[in-house]
Amino acid sequence: MTTTTNPGANPTTTPTGADRPAVLDRQLSTHVSLRDTVAQTMTLAWRSTMKMRRNFEQLFDVTIQPLLFTAMFAYIFGGAISGSVKGYLPLIITGLIGQTVLTACVATGVQLREDMDKGVFDRFKVLPIARIAPLAGPMVADLIRYAIASTLTFATGIALGYRPGGGVLGVLGAILLAIVAGWSLAWIFTWFGTIGKTAQGVQGVSLMVMFPLTFLSNAFVPTATMPSWLRAFADVNPVSLVITAIRDLANDGAVTGHVGWALLGCAVVIAVFAPLSVRSFNRKM
Amino acid sequence: MNSTDTLAVRAQGLVKTFGDQRAVDGIDLEVHRGEVFGVLGPNGAGKTTMLKMLATLLPIDGGTAEVFGHDVSREGHVVRQLLGVTGQYASVDENLTATENLLLFGRLQGLSRGESRRRAGTLLEQFDLTEAAAKPISAFSGGMRRRLDLAASLITRPPLIFLDEPTTGLDPRTRGQMWDTIRELVTEGCTVLLTTQYLDEADQLADRIAVIDRGVKVAQGTSDELKSSVGRSSLVLHLADPADLQAATETARRLVGEEPVPSPESRRLAVPLERSDQAVDVLVALREQGVGIESLTVQKPSLDEVFMALTGHGTDPSDPSGTSGTSGTSGTASSTTSTTTSELEAAS
Repeated sequence: MTTTTNPGANPTTTPTGADRPAVLDRQLSTHVSLRDTVAQTMTLAWRSTMKMRRNFEQLFDVTIQPLLFTAMFAYIFGGAISGSVKGYLPLIITGLIGQTVLTACVATGVQLREDMDKGVFDRFKVLPIARIAPLAGPMVADLIRYAIASTLTFATGIALGYRPGGGVLGVLGAILLAIVAGWSLAWIFTWFGTIGKTAQGVQGVSLMVMFPLTFLSNAFVPTATMPSWLRAFADVNPVSLVITAIRDLANDGAVTGHVGWALLGCAVVIAVFAPLSVRSFNRKM
Repeated sequence: MNSTDTLAVRAQGLVKTFGDQRAVDGIDLEVHRGEVFGVLGPNGAGKTTMLKMLATLLPIDGGTAEVFGHDVSREGHVVRQLLGVTGQYASVDENLTATENLLLFGRLQGLSRGESRRRAGTLLEQFDLTEAAAKPISAFSGGMRRRLDLAASLITRPPLIFLDEPTTGLDPRTRGQMWDTIRELVTEGCTVLLTTQYLDEADQLADRIAVIDRGVKVAQGTSDELKSSVGRSSLVLHLADPADLQAATETARRLVGEEPVPSPESRRLAVPLERSDQAVDVLVALREQGVGIESLTVQKPSLDEVFMALTGHGTDPSDPSGTSGTSGTSGTASSTTSTTTSELEAAS
């Protein structure tokens, strides 16, 4: 709370006999400072983590799904694509990290929509808080989800016999990149969340976007096997960029130019979808 | 400037349109500091819409509104710092416990961790929720939710509280508790603006009342002023013989100078009284006429009658405070009050 308010008339700071301390003591501010915005965002992030703790099924997509999908994909496609399950693991584990994180992003948007329909959102609207905080808070909390998703995928892979060549540091770097990518790509689905009318609608649209993004990438197969027009898309798909970078980090332990491209791809997604989301969210706040 | 100094809320010509419907159609409102101001009206009268505009929740389509002198449209952030709002539906987080909810709202509004905790403890105690403090909200009854909701609005001790139908859907006992709580707020120095569709609630709580119907303010004044605008009280007679009704009506009309309301089916006659001793005149005259009376009561007009008279039955919407009133009178005001219908006509 920084400035005192309202240069013109300042009735709230003029003591008169009838005034009660409730009005007088108040330091009114005309805007929310950056520090307060961050504090409010963190408070709302805390709220989201409490919600996760109480509704464990909300974490299924980042807990059960990585276990199931990793095993399934490895055993089903391993032989066909790489000749053996073990040979496929370096390709599929890193690809699946992209896929699980993207699934977790879908939930970010859907849950935002659900949240906005709830009564508590009405209260957020009348509180003197940064208008962006109720959007930013859950997004910060979702970092935990991306971390769980990528860590579990790696763990399942290692249990199946995957030995990442990048070592501990490489894997940690890859997880970190996955979290950053998750947060960035989540803006796409957050935007859907802010424009959709219902949570189901948001879910539907999100899946329609998520599946092409995942499958038209290098997540499951090398793009070299695709027809050229498809490869053209798959190669610039931000999901491909991120997965390539994750592979470099986890399998080779190398911070390559691909990492830079991945971060650039993420930045582009943020630059496009964050302003869109904030604008349509503010219209509803 | 002086006038705004003393006002908690000041609205002039407030308008809200939804499509071609004017939900709020030019309402003026002045709420003084430290009072409980009641906005009374049937469902769909525009009460909630008006409150939402004043609370920065809905854009104002026409007119101006100020809260403690701050323009609601231009200084929303400042206005929100001065307000506590409790809506018709509990707006607390279902996933958190009562304590966590209060902590959340305290922290969001810049209270320190310790301060939030202390304030939460005090409020839970004040609202009789200490035992349920650690329970999830989903296990709460309607009354408990509503109390928690109000507590959440009070965490930063805002000087102005908006209560949108604070007791709708509550059982009579919980309702009484809520009323006590609201009265306490005022002794602590809060200004309260509440909407209600319950006439007795406005009567019980509000220092001044505005009656709203179809987006228009039809009357304003204290509960007593509104009642006297309809007639101070009435003498209700149950006649022994329905055949006397006609004669008794004429006698009463001659004596009090106003139109009595006969209800032939119940052998009843309601006589509006300007002064209480007119009752004696009427009774003496009827005795001389030989009209047998089975029972009698003198009734003060209830706000129900005022309400019906002002909104429901083509009466002239008199306005004791002198503010303008438009007649919103074509006969459909919802009726919680079928029993008093006959008396209402006394007012017309």
